[in-house]
Amino acid sequence: MKPIMLHGHERSITQIKYSREGDLIFSCAKDSTPNVWFSLNGERLGSYRGHNGAVWCIDVDWDTQNILTGSADNTCRLWNCEKGTQLVSIPTSTAVRTNGFSYSGQLIMFSTDTTMGHQCAIYIYDIRDHSQIKNGKPARLIEVNESKVTCGIWGPYDEYLITGHENGELSHFDVKTGEQVLCVSDHKKTINDIQGSRDQTMVVTASKDNTAKLFDSSSLQHMKTFRTERPVNSASLSSLKEHVVLGGGQEAMEVTTTSARVGKFDARFYHMIFEEEFARVKGHFGPINSVAFHPDGKSFSSGGEDGYYSGVRSKVIMSSWNSAE
Amino acid sequence: MAADSEASELKKSKKKVEKTMQNGIEDDEEEEPNFSDPEGYVDDVSEEELVADVLKERPTEYDGFDSVIVVDNVPKVGPERLEKLQNVVRKIFQNFGKIRTEHYPMNDGKTSGYVFLEYASSENALEAVKTANNYKLDKQHTFIVNQFSDFQKYENIPDEWEPPQPKPYKDMGNLRSWLLNNESFDQFSVIYDGGEKTAIFLNSHTQPTLIEERSRWTETYVRWSPQGTYLATFHQKGIALWGGSKFEQIMKFSHPGVQLIDFSPCERYLVSFSPLLDNKEDPQAIIIWDIRTGQKKRGFHCESQSTWPIFKWNKTGEYFARLGMDALSVYETPSFGLLDKKSLKLPGIKDFTWSPTDNIIAYWMPEQQNVPARVVLIIFLYIFSLSLSLSLCLSVSLSLSLSLSLSLSLSLSLSLSLSLSLCLSLSLSLSLSLSLSVSLSLSLSQLCHSLIGSVEFLIPVDRGIYYNFEIFRIREKQIPVDKFEVKENIIAFAWEPSGSKFAYIHGENPRISVTFCNIRQGGKVETLKTFDKRQANHLFWSPSGQFIVLAGLRSMNGILEFIDTNDMTVMAQTEHFMATDVEWDPTGRYVVSGLSWWGHKVDNAYWLWSFQGRLLQKQSLDRFCQLLWRPRPASLLTKEQIREIKKNMKKYAVQFEIKDKMSQTKASKELIDKRQKMLEEFRKYRADKEHEYNLYRERRIALRDGHDTDSQDNDPNNYIDETIEFLQLSLFYSLFDVNLSANLTYILLSIPFTHISEDNLSLDLSISLSIDLSLCQSI
Repeated sequence: MKPIMLHGHERSITQIKYSREGDLIFSCAKDSTPNVWFSLNGERLGSYRGHNGAVWCIDVDWDTQNILTGSADNTCRLWNCEKGTQLVSIPTSTAVRTNGFSYSGQLIMFSTDTTMGHQCAIYIYDIRDHSQIKNGKPARLIEVNESKVTCGIWGPYDEYLITGHENGELSHFDVKTGEQVLCVSDHKKTINDIQGSRDQTMVVTASKDNTAKLFDSSSLQHMKTFRTERPVNSASLSSLKEHVVLGGGQEAMEVTTTSARVGKFDARFYHMIFEEEFARVKGHFGPINSVAFHPDGKSFSSGGEDGYYSGVRSKVIMSSWNSAE
Repeated sequence: MAADSEASELKKSKKKVEKTMQNGIEDDEEEEPNFSDPEGYVDDVSEEELVADVLKERPTEYDGFDSVIVVDNVPKVGPERLEKLQNVVRKIFQNFGKIRTEHYPMNDGKTSGYVFLEYASSENALEAVKTANNYKLDKQHTFIVNQFSDFQKYENIPDEWEPPQPKPYKDMGNLRSWLLNNESFDQFSVIYDGGEKTAIFLNSHTQPTLIEERSRWTETYVRWSPQGTYLATFHQKGIALWGGSKFEQIMKFSHPGVQLIDFSPCERYLVSFSPLLDNKEDPQAIIIWDIRTGQKKRGFHCESQSTWPIFKWNKTGEYFARLGMDALSVYETPSFGLLDKKSLKLPGIKDFTWSPTDNIIAYWMPEQQNVPARVVLIIFLYIFSLSLSLSLCLSVSLSLSLSLSLSLSLSLSLSLSLSLSLCLSLSLSLSLSLSLSVSLSLSLSQLCHSLIGSVEFLIPVDRGIYYNFEIFRIREKQIPVDKFEVKENIIAFAWEPSGSKFAYIHGENPRISVTFCNIRQGGKVETLKTFDKRQANHLFWSPSGQFIVLAGLRSMNGILEFIDTNDMTVMAQTEHFMATDVEWDPTGRYVVSGLSWWGHKVDNAYWLWSFQGRLLQKQSLDRFCQLLWRPRPASLLTKEQIREIKKNMKKYAVQFEIKDKMSQTKASKELIDKRQKMLEEFRKYRADKEHEYNLYRERRIALRDGHDTDSQDNDPNNYIDETIEFLQLSLFYSLFDVNLSANLTYILLSIPFTHISEDNLSLDLSISLSIDLSLCQSI
């Protein structure tokens, strides 16, 4: 099937997410305006206007009511998904790097960068309690003194956070106590992205060390490694089959003008169990920053660094590859 | 006991000190405590105990000996003339450095006839010994100058000579054990991880087998000896050779800063080159070593810039030659002296080469004034080598007339003319054909290679110049010449390793062609085929001939073309993007293309191809640097045996095919088993997790306010794709298809805005209607 190019962002895409039902795609980019699209035909449904800087992260809650965005303008904002209106804006001291809704959709978390003398911190708010946001008193504030958080998601049942760090460490933070419970360092370099399986029992990490790895989310036991030749920026698990899609490529600053082949900007499909690559999807001219599987596992989207007219690409994969059984 | 009492005393005194210290702290107003020893105290602490670390650095008696010299045969004078003598001696010895002290021993009111002088440094003393020794002061007095330390040195030498013990023979095992591999798999060395790791692999089926891997085995790169016995590694301090089945260290050669090495073809000698330390007395830039004993055989200077290898060995490794300024130096082994004690004076010599089969050197010199360019052969017949080579040089002038006429015809048409002529007297060529009758085409072709190389070297890349090959058949009477003209610039040239074909790349980018030629029995050169518009800059013949790989390395993106030259068919056209190297295995069965980290920083890998150009393996190694096949020694089979094998090839082929099939099925079975195991493990893990997941179902429902999203998501019946068509309301508000999934809690019926985002009117006017799904279903 032909891919659908979603034109709308003026700068490179930073993150894309599907809604739980898979009908909508939420995308954010360095151009400060997150968008929402229909996944079926790629038509743009609307934008969330208000940010004044690059938007690094976006998330949607389970019933597609609220949208959470974090930006380099030092705010994390909550939006009404339908109306596109801003509900809350939480000011922070530095750029917001990663955020997410918990399983229940009642808790939100976001992390800030280590810059300008400020320490990296993870903030957790209960959005039912308006006084928390009003008074700037989060339900839990976790200061991260070591390597900064580069990506993070909620673990199942609102109990803990799984965070990836700049030095390649993967940690568990208990939400109730705010303590680091587990820490593994299977990756050698920065973890760029974490995504969970649909039942949240497994997570896949994408790292700058040219690999993506599969972990058990509760024990952080390393299970599988998917190797490439380029830094991996994002990885996503299919809910339908044992498939993993990896997006990445040569870093934007190292991209030469000679050939797109050198960069290896393909979205690559790996078999989750055998760790073998079985398919590639071409199309991007720059590194892929974010990939996401449709919740039904039949299509996926990728957003990249493709020059000034970045496009989210959505494509139905023809998974005719059969495993060795 | 004495020691005990000493220790107790020490303790006591310590306590005393402590006490006084405490007193001092208690009342600061008091005077400083008295640290001086009480009266009658005997210092019984040795210096070693107190300052052991400093004592080590205490100057010893012999420290300055190197900078002291002893001058003997100095005139014996009385005190009245001492000052004058001192002035004279000072004047002479000040030239070598500053004299620190001088000492004139006196005997019976007269000086003793020898003088001690101390310089500031030992270098000055050395210089003085070297220069002022045997200095003639006057008729009676000639200075004998020695270093003071020499006296000691020579005193210590025992008077009786002891014969050195013979070194015990160290059994290295079978150094050629790798040839005993049943499957006849070849080995290769790989350097990767940016030079950190070196590994030896066996090129086995489907996957290479690791034989040995060591980190920091070499500091730069590795080299195999020409017959594959040794692996040489490079280190700051020198070269190490490894071999045997376990790759144990066989020999070390200490040569600081070594950069280049070369083996003699017989693997007996090793030539190493280091740009560091070279002194006039003891040449150390180039050293020739005996591999088996580890002895240094001879050192050489390296004055002139030249290409490595500086020494070219003959086929058997008995002679080696070096190009000098207007001279050719030929050395012999094992004496490592110049052959006939002098170099051959050959004015204007540019390059030379040994014949790959015989003791013949071919060299050439360019056109000089009115003397045309020449190619000369020197033949070494073991014993009377010199006389022969001399007579040959003489014979050059005899046959000049022929070469002159050739050059004249050319110079008419061109400003730059070039011709090559070959001169050899009749009698010599006869003796040649008598004494040597090994495969004709081989030696011929390889020898000519050097000649043609020189042609390319001489002609500048310029239009209006002829490029031609001249092929000399040195095995025939009078040495007939065949000229073969090429209109374009020649990029690369290569002889088929066994056979009479050659290939060359010519033209200019992007119109590059590759031409194959064959030399027929009578010497006629026929063009077999020209491939036009190729992306190639390198030619790689299979070591067994017939097959060739045309490669466009580096700047040409790594295009590879596999050609069978028997019927001139292109077997495969592929590419290894950005490849930097191509290496045939020694048997000509496999080709490796590599993308070295030294040439390109990303995607470092080596790919293994069959000789037909079928990609067999892709091996990505982090920062892969170098791959080298382990060479094989020449076959020990006789010609008859080889013929016999070739005759029965079909019989063997069937056997091998069965074997291959078996190993393949075995390999694929292993793979299937491995996958099956992985699959089972993963299934088990998933089953556990799913069980756990189901246990928490209630909890999830509670967290999402009683919505059972699990069953909604998991029930495939909930996914019903329907297409709903909407009416078009206006130009601006167009409704379009919405994916209505039955499991949607909300259905968004939206009216999209236009894409003109600047237009204020069309700001996100997304009207959403929400319908509760439960209602829908009830309807």
